[in-house]
Amino acid sequence: MSQQAALEEFRASTKAWLEENFPKSLVGRAMGLEGDADESTKADFELWRQRLADKGWGAPTWAVEFGGAGISHPEAKVIGQEMGKMGAFNPIPMMAGMGVTMVGPTLLEYGTDEQKAKHLRGMASGETRWCLGLSEPGAGSDLASLITKAEDDGDTFKLNGQKTWTSGADISQWCGALVRTDSNAKKRDGISFVMLPMDQEGVSTKPIRLISGASPFCDTFFDDARAEKSDLLGPLNEGWSVVKRLLQHERQSQTQASGSGGGKKTPFQQIAKDYVGVDETGALADGDLRVRLTNHLMDSEAHGLTVSRITAEARGKVEVSAAASILKNSATKIAQGKAELTMELMGSQGVGWEGDNYTKQEIDNVKDWLWGKAISIYGGSFEVQNNIISKNILGLPENTQKG
Amino acid sequence: MAALTEEQSMIRDQAKSWVTEQAPVQKFREMRDSGIESKYTPDTWQAMIEMGWTGIVVPEQYGGSGLGYLTFGVILEEVGRQLTASPLFASALVGASAVLLGGNEDQKQAILPRIVDGSVILTLAVDESPRHSPSKTALVAEKSGSGFKLTGNKTFVHEGMTATDYVVAARTSGEGEDGITLFLVSASADGVSREAVTTFDSRGYANVHFDGVAVNESEVLGTVDQGYPLLEVILDRARAGLGAEMLGTAAQSFDMTLEYLKTRVQFGQVIGSFQALGHRAAGLFGQMELSRSCVEAALQAIDDDADNVPKLCALSKARVGDFLHEMSNQLIQIHGGIGMTDEFDAGLYLKRARLLETSFGNRAFHRDRYARLLGF
Repeated sequence: MSQQAALEEFRASTKAWLEENFPKSLVGRAMGLEGDADESTKADFELWRQRLADKGWGAPTWAVEFGGAGISHPEAKVIGQEMGKMGAFNPIPMMAGMGVTMVGPTLLEYGTDEQKAKHLRGMASGETRWCLGLSEPGAGSDLASLITKAEDDGDTFKLNGQKTWTSGADISQWCGALVRTDSNAKKRDGISFVMLPMDQEGVSTKPIRLISGASPFCDTFFDDARAEKSDLLGPLNEGWSVVKRLLQHERQSQTQASGSGGGKKTPFQQIAKDYVGVDETGALADGDLRVRLTNHLMDSEAHGLTVSRITAEARGKVEVSAAASILKNSATKIAQGKAELTMELMGSQGVGWEGDNYTKQEIDNVKDWLWGKAISIYGGSFEVQNNIISKNILGLPENTQKG
Repeated sequence: MAALTEEQSMIRDQAKSWVTEQAPVQKFREMRDSGIESKYTPDTWQAMIEMGWTGIVVPEQYGGSGLGYLTFGVILEEVGRQLTASPLFASALVGASAVLLGGNEDQKQAILPRIVDGSVILTLAVDESPRHSPSKTALVAEKSGSGFKLTGNKTFVHEGMTATDYVVAARTSGEGEDGITLFLVSASADGVSREAVTTFDSRGYANVHFDGVAVNESEVLGTVDQGYPLLEVILDRARAGLGAEMLGTAAQSFDMTLEYLKTRVQFGQVIGSFQALGHRAAGLFGQMELSRSCVEAALQAIDDDADNVPKLCALSKARVGDFLHEMSNQLIQIHGGIGMTDEFDAGLYLKRARLLETSFGNRAFHRDRYARLLGF
């Protein structure tokens, strides 16, 4: 059987399984349940998570022994496509925090057998949420200047310091943290990556309120917190290479960000027409907005085509494509541009904060707009991405790190 | 979207080495300085014919290889890198596409093998005004006996001076998209006259005049009065092919600029170590990758006979146009003073860039088209 035919057969069986197992009450609720969801919907959500976990479809490309389904990337893509068609979704990567998308893939490469057995299943089932302790108040773009210290203390490391921008730290069970294990080495050489449970006396968290009103991040404090030595990921003092890989996975997951939430969305041009109107030829009534909307949609299509091209070219190769860093900046521009443009299209209906004068779509866009400002800052800022491209891809001389 | 096949990669390597060794930009410069009227060197064109490049989109039964548009694009990209001048695009892509898409069996058998062997150079005569607007075609084709009489003017016809034949878009009735008919007209027919247009890219273009030119019924391409949809499909293939050439011209400009960033020393260090320039290069690289995806997707869609060919062709021409425009300006800017000299090649690329941008619909044209195709 040809690869294509095998894939189509897989598609048919996927569709059948989804139809049988995906609770209809959850159609289009990819972003999770609102606070007012009733008990039966909540039960359906938990049922759906468990069914996906049992099937290994929370992290489908992982091996079966680690809670995955051991299937290929094209097959995993088929699952995503079929879910999208019926408004189904995979909530597990989100429930696992930074587990399925970042810590897991890195663990698969750097972890010991014992670590894989201990950690991966909880991520793949969505039962263990992970956060990441990377940035510090004094170490943002210049991450390697971090000072959170881990001292050798027998079977454990003793951690002291402050991490910031830890997503979901207040609701996570585990944390992957970048810590300094040798203060005398050059700054990138004395860093290690450790994993530690959040539920312990030496760890405390404090949510940070953002301009959008949400608080998805925390400050996280380590006061004599403990990490088992067996939970050191990668060699001691070589955490910098571990985290570089981890951030590549992060960029990859961020580039696929646009609009895969499950359920049908109104095309952007329709929103534009609804708010701005059209002239007698059917063109958007505002010429300037029309050009900018066109540019935005072209950016978006060019980005999508590039993701597929890179995927096709990378087939069979193991390493993450060097072009991944291009995609982060491209995805950023599109997401931020969309929110800004939407606000302009909506006119004075685009500036609402709350209340009955504004629709949910209008309010949601305001949140997207404000939240979106973070995209060009986190995961390596827009400028850091450009440093990476100019140095690593184009081979231009180092223009930042001094010392 | 698929990646290039092994065969396509091999053809790219062959094309690259031939173009670099046998028809580099230096040869284009010599051609320009020689003042040759054809605006390309005959031995370059002959070599392309012998390599089979004129038959890439022509099916085997008409003497070609039928390898398709993405493969042709791969070659055009390399041609664009060295500004290699020839009627390859105008005749073997646009002319051949017109006959392939609109020709009856007799026309295909009569013309396609001769495009492949180079004895026919068939180019499209569509524009009549400074702005590309095929639906406003005004050149009149009046019914005359069993045939037609063509009267009017065409402008900016690619390789119009060396063409042996033209595909002429003419108005047989109606207005706008209705009532347009395509004709095959010999350049040596009575009543056809032409004059060269001297453009700053030193390539071959002509204004062509039709003064009561008698054309037989058998020289209608496609159906009388229904030529517009056919013209659009032909134009889309032209645009997709041109996109590949533009990508090549832009990519070479990028490579030249990157090399300069790594070698030019000022303030005691190579200028590529300055963050302002490193970031500019990174931004251009991102645009280049995005443009490449659009160009390849449009060509692939043609080969796949996909539904979204028009939209992808508009996307490709507009996006690669944006990139080429910016890249050709940065080529000069980053090279500084030397970029302003005629002795250096940057100016040749800048000039070629603008001609490519304006051919078969500029960026504004294709943005408008893209928006209309999406219903706004």
